Amino acid sequence: MTTSCYQPTLPPDEKPHIEVDDLTMAFGDFVLQRDLSFTIPRHSIFVIMGGSGCGKSTLLRHILGLLDPAAGSVLLDGDRISGLGADERQAIMNRFGVLYQSGALWSSMTLAENVSLPLEEYTELDAAEIREIAALKLAMVGLRGFEDYYPAEVSGGMQKRAGLARAIALDPEILCIDEPSAGLDPISSRRLDDLIQELRDSLDTTVVMVTHELPSIYAIGTDSIFLDAETRTMIASGPPTWLRDHCDHPTVRTFMTRGEAEDG
Amino acid sequence: MTGPRIEAKAGPEGVTVTASGHWDIAVATPDAGEIERAIATLGRGEVLRYDTADLERWDSGFLALLLRLESIAVDRGAVVDRRGLPDGAGRLLALAESSPAREDARRSEEKDPLLDRVGTAALDAIDDAEQSVTFLGETTRALGRFLTGRSRYRKRDLWLLVQQAGAGALGIVSLVSFLLGAILAFVGAVQLQQFGATIYVANLVGVAMARDMGALMTAIVMSGRSGAAYAAQLGSMKVNQETDALVTLGISPVEFLVVPRVLALSSMMPLLTLYSVLMGIAGGALVGLLMLDLSLTTYWSQTIGALSIAGLLGGLFKALVYGVLIALAGCREGMRCGGSASAVGDAATAAVVSSIVAIISAAGLFAWVFYVLGI
Repeated sequence: MTTSCYQPTLPPDEKPHIEVDDLTMAFGDFVLQRDLSFTIPRHSIFVIMGGSGCGKSTLLRHILGLLDPAAGSVLLDGDRISGLGADERQAIMNRFGVLYQSGALWSSMTLAENVSLPLEEYTELDAAEIREIAALKLAMVGLRGFEDYYPAEVSGGMQKRAGLARAIALDPEILCIDEPSAGLDPISSRRLDDLIQELRDSLDTTVVMVTHELPSIYAIGTDSIFLDAETRTMIASGPPTWLRDHCDHPTVRTFMTRGEAEDG
Repeated sequence: MTGPRIEAKAGPEGVTVTASGHWDIAVATPDAGEIERAIATLGRGEVLRYDTADLERWDSGFLALLLRLESIAVDRGAVVDRRGLPDGAGRLLALAESSPAREDARRSEEKDPLLDRVGTAALDAIDDAEQSVTFLGETTRALGRFLTGRSRYRKRDLWLLVQQAGAGALGIVSLVSFLLGAILAFVGAVQLQQFGATIYVANLVGVAMARDMGALMTAIVMSGRSGAAYAAQLGSMKVNQETDALVTLGISPVEFLVVPRVLALSSMMPLLTLYSVLMGIAGGALVGLLMLDLSLTTYWSQTIGALSIAGLLGGLFKALVYGVLIALAGCREGMRCGGSASAVGDAATAAVVSSIVAIISAAGLFAWVFYVLGI
């Protein structure tokens, strides 16, 4: 392993927002990834990269505290997020917004109701305000006029965008996104990238996302790590464009250039 | 940290809205009634301005409020000047407005008139009946292909279904049938004791279980157990487009999924019913032994004397028919399941309801036919 594949992005005087310390992820005896240590700075768009099945989504679930680490820890502003009581956990969860891989909209509710539910549960807003905010969030993701549609009645890309509207319903501090562009056409995918960047800039959100989409990674990613399925650990971290230009690890190179470096 | 505040000041050229403090989505937004009234006094060409110099932090509630105020101003013909807003807020508002509203997408809240709804319901019912007949026809044809050995299905799946619908159901069928036998014995004992004829409890339990109750109870248990499961399995396969994947491979989902289920359940139902009859008799015997002072041998010989082969075979035939009905209802509801997760739940419910209706109707019909035939 070459040391040139690591480029820290956290300024030395700044405390990390999310810190993953020597994390090992395992299902029973099967170790998915070990020795993961990295930091996610505030306001970054942090990309988790790696081949299929290397544990990217699982890492996201660890960061969200949905899974407990087999060893090591995940710290949010210096506090562990695993092994908490129900109330503390919920307080932390409210700081996260999550967009799941397939949207995960509640199918028995309209799009507006999907976005409204977190607002009804965790804010003191009245029904009229909730309706306005839900409409605003749907408008932000380009779904103006679709408030009363059920998820089954709109396309996959629209479901994804509605899922994003639900994820940002509570103005989360950290937005976790699993495969934002999967199943989207290039234009919608570009629009989603712009939206994610805009949300980060305007609402001071930190974005953690799992994606394979190279154009998105280069366009909006400010920091990243690369998980390797074979050695079962991270083999690179740093800004994606920097990794593309400087990292000479063959797996990373092939991934970052879609294998075109070898051909040329 | 100060709470969210917003106020409006009217000036010579229009209204300036001043927002300050810390806006957090978890905290209620301040009442804006006065500001709305101030903005409603704006005339054509006057300007709505913002002053956010003391705004510490803003949230989506703030944005939604601004949109409401601006729509009032725009309705009055006033001009909105967003230069006083924080950069991010202005950009997000612009983003929200950048996507064209799909006016044609909006839903009307109005209900159709009664006559329309009756008509639609009737047409739906006809459609439904047509689909049921089509499904029945497809299944019959697929069964024919199965019998002539031209059907495409996986033997492993069939055996698994047989195991689930047969051995897997023994526990619940034992419990229900044993208790049913005991209940019948109690009910009979109370009446027959008046004539000192408690020995006939054995006849009552044996005949009732063998002719009707065994098959009926097993069918009701199985419609909740297997019928609902079939609807949910096929329904979620439909939602995941697994059935489409079969069709594109040139495999008929009816042959591949429905026929094995119909065969598994209809072959296991008579066996389960036979078992249920035995368990019911055992339940009755326990009551006879403990409450009515009958010996087991007396009870058994009395039962054997009361049972007829025709009655028992009739019961098993009913079970076979119930099995076909349950499997068909379950598979049909699964196959016409809609595209969402909640539709799977609806399909399971519909499967249980329609199979119980079908079972009870068939039971009534059987009772009449068997009476006429003198079985």
